Amino acid sequence: MSLKPMSRSLSLPRFGLRMSATGILASLVILFWAGVAIVGPRFAPYAPGDIVDFDFYGPISDQLWLGSDYLGRDIFSRIILGARYTVGISFASVCMACFTGVAAGMSAAAIGGWFDTILSRILDALNSIPSKLFGLVMVAAIGSSIPVLIVLLAVIYTPGSYRFARALAVNCNTMDFVTVARARGEKTPYLILHEILPNIIGPVLADLGMRFVFIVLLLSGLSFLGLGVQPPDADWGSLVKENIGGLSFAAPAVIAPCIAIASLTISVNLLIDNLPIKIRDRAS
Amino acid sequence: MTQPLVDIQNLMVEARTDSGRKVEIIKGVSFTVEKGEIVALIGESGSGKTTIALTMMGYTRPGCRISGGKVTLGGRDLVTMSEKQRQALRGTDVAYVPQSAAAAFNPAQRLIDQVIEVAGIHKLMPKAEARAKAISLFRALALPAPETIGERYPHQVSGGQLQRLAAAMALIGDPQLLIFDEPTTALDVTTQIEVLRAFKDVMRKGGMAGIYVSHDLAVVAQIADRIIVLKGGEIQEEGTTQEILHNARHPYTRELLSAFEPAVFQPHEPKDTKSVVRRPVLEVSNIYAGYGPLGGDGLPAKVVLSDVSCKLYKGQNLGVIGESGSGKSTLARVVAGLLPPARGTVEFNGRELDTEAARRSKEDLRRMQIVFQLADTALNPARSIADILGRPLTFYHGQKGAAREARIKELLDMVHLPSAIRHRMPGELSGGQKQRVNFARALAANPDVILCDEITSALDTVVAAAIIDLLKELQSSLNLSYVFISHDLSTVQSICDQVMVMQNGRTVELLANSQLPEGANHHYSQLLFASVPKLDTGWLDSLPAGFAATGN
Repeated sequence: MSLKPMSRSLSLPRFGLRMSATGILASLVILFWAGVAIVGPRFAPYAPGDIVDFDFYGPISDQLWLGSDYLGRDIFSRIILGARYTVGISFASVCMACFTGVAAGMSAAAIGGWFDTILSRILDALNSIPSKLFGLVMVAAIGSSIPVLIVLLAVIYTPGSYRFARALAVNCNTMDFVTVARARGEKTPYLILHEILPNIIGPVLADLGMRFVFIVLLLSGLSFLGLGVQPPDADWGSLVKENIGGLSFAAPAVIAPCIAIASLTISVNLLIDNLPIKIRDRAS
Repeated sequence: MTQPLVDIQNLMVEARTDSGRKVEIIKGVSFTVEKGEIVALIGESGSGKTTIALTMMGYTRPGCRISGGKVTLGGRDLVTMSEKQRQALRGTDVAYVPQSAAAAFNPAQRLIDQVIEVAGIHKLMPKAEARAKAISLFRALALPAPETIGERYPHQVSGGQLQRLAAAMALIGDPQLLIFDEPTTALDVTTQIEVLRAFKDVMRKGGMAGIYVSHDLAVVAQIADRIIVLKGGEIQEEGTTQEILHNARHPYTRELLSAFEPAVFQPHEPKDTKSVVRRPVLEVSNIYAGYGPLGGDGLPAKVVLSDVSCKLYKGQNLGVIGESGSGKSTLARVVAGLLPPARGTVEFNGRELDTEAARRSKEDLRRMQIVFQLADTALNPARSIADILGRPLTFYHGQKGAAREARIKELLDMVHLPSAIRHRMPGELSGGQKQRVNFARALAANPDVILCDEITSALDTVVAAAIIDLLKELQSSLNLSYVFISHDLSTVQSICDQVMVMQNGRTVELLANSQLPEGANHHYSQLLFASVPKLDTGWLDSLPAGFAATGN
């Protein structure tokens, strides 16, 4: 008959905002990992390279809270230390990629003509290079460091973000309210920021969440090939890859980093789907 | 006494707002529909007519629910039955013809496949039989080439044809009750006649009951047996069509009827009578414009306007009238500089304007504003009313802070809206309110000329009449000139000093207000004027067969 009233939703009436329980849960998980990334290393029981267990793929114990890895190193410490790389590098890259991609995509849609054609072709060309290969070549040429990784991942994911934003903005650009603004004599920056962006921000944020997940995966791929985060440090992706052999032993060493990646990426997407809604009422 | 087909008893529908507050939309409505009877639900937007019509399929829009009462269809209560049972009824016992057929068809599928889809879902008949039935329905609905029209895609048929195809889609399951939700509102007057006639024939032959939701009394008068007048979710008046048209008791019904009386036109004489030579404020000369790349002759691939010229004098209004595709909106876009013409000039106060808005001076842009038909798309849904109205103030006049706030309130007051509305988003306003905001935005620039592109076409009659009154009132107080584009003769007649009739991108005729509508010489103008529905139940039947078809 009709939608069931939203059963689990919490209000933040002080800010005039309402957020669903899912959204609050997701943001707590994200805040937790952000906290771990910032202050975690102080609390890590062992250094990342210390071999503390004579057995490999050891089970959960009092000393090793999440067992040991394929060399007998403490997984708990390695996850805490890896959070900084996974969360930090991926977040920085995804913000750079989406900022440049969305800004360029909206400009291309609003300006059109030659600007659009040339920009689209250049970014299409960039998009056509396989991302991992591009990463390999660039890291081999410049050398691996965290700033290089951030910029590299941003460059790789900019064309996709551009395409996505441009497609949305092109639709929005033909709406009457944009035409009215043009007839008023508005310039491109205003059209982009005030007329187009507010109408595409939802899908753009969803895209950002997805791209964040992609970057986490690509970063782990590069780390596995020895081009990402350098040993003995490791991001979560490389933790999974280096311990993949433990899968047949049901080792916590492979399961724990998987849970860490899943909890972060799923939370990012859930938060973006459940962003706080401003409470506005018709007859208030 | 036999049982009525539809029996609605004390129906109540409520909606929940963002903060969880409940709002009653329908406040206890009761009525019945007999077999084979057509009942019209009439009222302004927001009166709950579509909500009531949808409950007859056991459906409410998201966020709403039936909170009380009974809706029985053929003895079965739609409120208490399960969703699965309701789904079995939809399409077979009750069917729906939407307002916008263009939005109701999937653009990627052939029409016939969509028309017979219902038969497949309910396993009513084999596919070949369904196709044969669809073709016979196409024939009954007077569609051209009934054998082959189903093989086309939605974009390959006209709006009026698509609306009839939507009716065929609803009829394929032989429903006992057909719900029409403003099916002709989006159509031209000339097309509307064909569609109405097709609907009426099919309903009469099939002996089906119908609910006809509309805000247009003249249209309803042609098709309905009984009329129910709604306002604010309550029945105001109920009676046979004749009773309502001739002996309306309720003040709201009278208001609806009076919106049809020809408004008195007062010519706008120039205030300064001493000046002998009157110079037009806006002069458009020999415009050729269109879309697509320019060809060898300097004309675009698809020419929409050919050799159109017109003049607008200070303080007067020019009406531009014609059916869709006649190029009237394109003319407005050319004048506003949104579509540079291939040839011809636009002069403003005796000075030639650049063909592109981007190269015109801010002052020229300020003095000529354009207002679009659909306030839904003309107002940015993501920005508040204050932002929307405030931008031209900042942009043209550099106003900020308290001065801007005060001017926004003043503008809202000018268009008779409460100032509290400025905190809302466009989606939270009614159609009439949105159109007022749309107009207030143009006023914010302090213009000399306002191009009104079909600004009343999407509104119901009472609201449209109020907007026209507002336009007249503001014209005399602010000394504005309007270019008023419309397909509705009565609105144009009530406000314009001169009327230009357009067809296929050419000027057919230029008439002074005093010549309307009898003074039209051209055949097309006469047809256009005669197609305006009259408040008379026999009007549609009195038109000669093939009346509208003679237009082309």
